[in-house]
Amino acid sequence: MPAATPALPVSDHSRPGWKAWALLAPMVFWLLVFVVIPGIILFVYSFCERDEVGGVIFNFSFDNYRRVFDPVYLRIFARSIGYAGLTTVICVVIGYPVAYYIGRASEELRNRLLLLVMVPFWTSFLIRTYAWITILKQEGMLNSFLAAMNLGIGPFNLLYTPTAVVIGLVYAYLPFMILPIYGSAEKLDNSLIEAAYDLGAGPIRAFSSVIVPLTMPGIAAGTLLVFVPAIGMFAITDLMGGAKVPMIGNVIQNQFLQARDWPFGAALGVIFMLMFALTYVILQRRGSRSTA
Amino acid sequence: MIEIRGVTKRFGAFTAVDNVSLTVNAGEFITLLGPSGCGKTTLLRLLAGFETPDEGAVLLDGVDVSHEPPYRRSVNQVFQSYALFPHMTVKDNVGFGLRMQNVPTAEAEGRIRDALATVSLAEQADKLPHQMSGGQRQRVALARALVCRPKVLLLDEPLSALDAKLRHGMQLELKHLQRKLGLTFVFVTHDQEEALTMSDRIAIINKGKIEQLGDATEIYHRPRTPFAADFIGQANLLAATIILRKGATATVRLESGLELVVACTDLPASATKALVSIRPEKIHIGRVPAVAENVFQAKIEEEIFQGATDQLRLITDQGTKLHALVANESATQVAFHEGDRVYCSLHLDDIVIVQAE
Repeated sequence: MPAATPALPVSDHSRPGWKAWALLAPMVFWLLVFVVIPGIILFVYSFCERDEVGGVIFNFSFDNYRRVFDPVYLRIFARSIGYAGLTTVICVVIGYPVAYYIGRASEELRNRLLLLVMVPFWTSFLIRTYAWITILKQEGMLNSFLAAMNLGIGPFNLLYTPTAVVIGLVYAYLPFMILPIYGSAEKLDNSLIEAAYDLGAGPIRAFSSVIVPLTMPGIAAGTLLVFVPAIGMFAITDLMGGAKVPMIGNVIQNQFLQARDWPFGAALGVIFMLMFALTYVILQRRGSRSTA
Repeated sequence: MIEIRGVTKRFGAFTAVDNVSLTVNAGEFITLLGPSGCGKTTLLRLLAGFETPDEGAVLLDGVDVSHEPPYRRSVNQVFQSYALFPHMTVKDNVGFGLRMQNVPTAEAEGRIRDALATVSLAEQADKLPHQMSGGQRQRVALARALVCRPKVLLLDEPLSALDAKLRHGMQLELKHLQRKLGLTFVFVTHDQEEALTMSDRIAIINKGKIEQLGDATEIYHRPRTPFAADFIGQANLLAATIILRKGATATVRLESGLELVVACTDLPASATKALVSIRPEKIHIGRVPAVAENVFQAKIEEEIFQGATDQLRLITDQGTKLHALVANESATQVAFHEGDRVYCSLHLDDIVIVQAE
């Protein structure tokens, strides 16, 4: 029998010509100047020492890395991972149904709903975070609303608590979960779902054995886009956590701007990047396995 | 087995299936044949449970299943796009239905093996769908449906994505399988040749209604409507006036003045006008007149070589244009050429009245 995909007469993919390089040049330049070179500087600094006024002395040592594994910082790393993990789980739980619904909607409705997902980006991120402060603070909109409704619940003391931080993180990153899952759901062939029903799968089993595995690439991409930046987020923890629940992003920011200990900040940053890379590799493995 | 009782399905203002009634017998291969958009796929989806009827009922073994969801109906479908689960191996695809029915693993293993052997794919059990050819995927889809032992197997244009040669092979194989296993098949296609090759009965569907229901020979030789005559095979459809009746025959006059004797068993007594259908291959062409009720002379306007046959465009002496097909029996045979004058002979049974008023 003939092969499923006949070989197409295409040029050699492994060696792009000068045209391909010309097209890629802006991106290569951008990555080099803003990612690769700063990365190298960070890596070099992480093995240096600081002087009294906050300068960097090029004196090779592992001291910074020894400090990273101090229990104080390990706890902060663990907390950051915990909050980011919780944020990711909540984003999947809230975002999946929304993304799935948008992906299965008619084309016209789909575009309108996608616009709604994007609307928050029209306002500055900081302004939106301050809006949350207005909602959550002691005499804020949430508590006023609950008091007015006379439901007998509240007032809640939410602002400057870990709950507020997670609310803020979920709010900030939800669109980054919705969009990739939407991408997977939209591509999902309806006849596959019908085939599952036809073969005796009720809605729940069709969902768990066909729909979820086939939208897994979207979930993996969304997790990467939410989990990784959420670990490093410092603005929300500062504003909504009242700097009482520092995350790793806050510590790094402090080392560079307040403590003026650049080498230690760099070491934290390098460990942080290694964590990113590890998460990425794990998700990539899982992603490629579920779509193979 | 299956009974469709006065089923109507509308999508907004569009009526996809219009008051259709049809009974499918156990062990029968029935084909729903029609052009795209005629409602044949909607009818199949009503049987599968993907659509619910707006009016009427679908009965399976005497039980009304009109509002049962697809996962509670013992019918299975082979999808046009095969709809194989891309994240599962062939074996897991075939076993999906059994897992959903909680069939014990040991029994399921055996049934999966048998099903794959039936479609000659025993060796490919651990492959993923994308590693297989179109024809193989088609067999996996078939095995996945058959392994559930459905009361009725629904097939939605399952061969349309295959190339012509493979398609022809699969037609015979499907027919053979259906006979061997004694299954009931409801097959949807727009390909009239496929329908004629495989079916016990064919339902010709047009604009949401069944135009004609009958076995392949009946559908081909005795079309009952102009649509049926035109859609199945080729037909010369000619308007005529009924000028004389004598027992089971009538004489009709075509617009050109050519008079033909035709068989008419169920022609209404009041009818004066008719539309007659003549299959191109039934016009016997010769240098000398043959023995038949209708013999007339014509000139060959155009001759098109088609391999096994020659397609001829004729114009009779009276001016009626006709298509005819003659077999290319031998390469050395004296063929017909453009401009030749020939005799056309037609039996009265080969002219069918498809419409009368």
